[in-house]
Amino acid sequence: MDGTSKSAGLPGSVVFALGEKPIFKPGDRVRVSTRSPVGHYRVPTYLRGKSGSVERVIEPAAVDNEEEGYGRNAGSKRHYYRVAFRMSEIWPGYAGSERDGLHIEVFETWLERGER
Amino acid sequence: MTHRHEDDAHDHDHDHAHPHAEISEGRPGYYDIMETAVRELLIDKKLIGADEIRRQIEVLDSRMPALGARVVARAWTDPAFRARLLADGRAACEELGISFYDDTSLIAVENTDKVHNLIVCTLCSCYPRPVLGLPPDWYKARPYRARAVVEPRAVLAEFGTIIPDEVEVRVHDSTAMVRYLVLPKRPAGTGHFSEEELAALVTRDTMIGVVPATVDVAGAAP
Repeated sequence: MDGTSKSAGLPGSVVFALGEKPIFKPGDRVRVSTRSPVGHYRVPTYLRGKSGSVERVIEPAAVDNEEEGYGRNAGSKRHYYRVAFRMSEIWPGYAGSERDGLHIEVFETWLERGER
Repeated sequence: MTHRHEDDAHDHDHDHAHPHAEISEGRPGYYDIMETAVRELLIDKKLIGADEIRRQIEVLDSRMPALGARVVARAWTDPAFRARLLADGRAACEELGISFYDDTSLIAVENTDKVHNLIVCTLCSCYPRPVLGLPPDWYKARPYRARAVVEPRAVLAEFGTIIPDEVEVRVHDSTAMVRYLVLPKRPAGTGHFSEEELAALVTRDTMIGVVPATVDVAGAAP
């Protein structure tokens, strides 16, 4: 029954379209892809390959401006997330408190499931 | 239409009193020319009208930090509004009549005794324009954009803001459809201030998070 859910009071079950539901949930560990595609994208280079945790899913899903910038799939929506990173994870020699962090929104296409 | 700017660049005599300000000095730069060319093409092809551009400039000019200050002062005096602001920044601002003409979302982040928030856009100059208007030049400049995420405490110190080690510095890098607004801490000793008096303490920089709100703002009430 993966990808389906029982709705109380209704017969059968609802199957969600691919991409309809966010893949990650708050608390999930994620890693930013190390891809370097040609084009317009909104993931700063300094975060490539860095690991953080999902703080929240930003609703509703938004038009993917990385595709829209080139007129491809204009209007298609993607989930995106607020992801929290420790500064010390991003910058090995970070000179501030171990508590310090960076929060940023990242499209689902840039996130890989991280280690637990 | 297409010759208007050549006329502006002009030859006519300048000794008379001018009804309009000089638009630029010397030759226009590469991006000036590109902007003019794109704008004129869009108008020629009837994709947008000249009036839409003019109106949008009016919209931008009507947005200024005083709007954000009203939002903050309301949050300081009305706990229910503060809760709504932190839950959905855009909806709370819309309650006060501030529209989101650019269809961005707004997350309000609250400074507390444990967390100090700082806003940056490393990729460009994303900024909560509906609420604060145009960003300051330093916000768009590379040194601030690069250093705010690498050494935020050093950047804050240069603004005169020293954050104790036990306080978490939380940097928000705006990259897509979400904008951020810092809800600064209400200064001590302002219990008797009216909402308007409080709003006068809230400067643009306090809402970017580079300085705390204080009662020492020049020209502030009582």
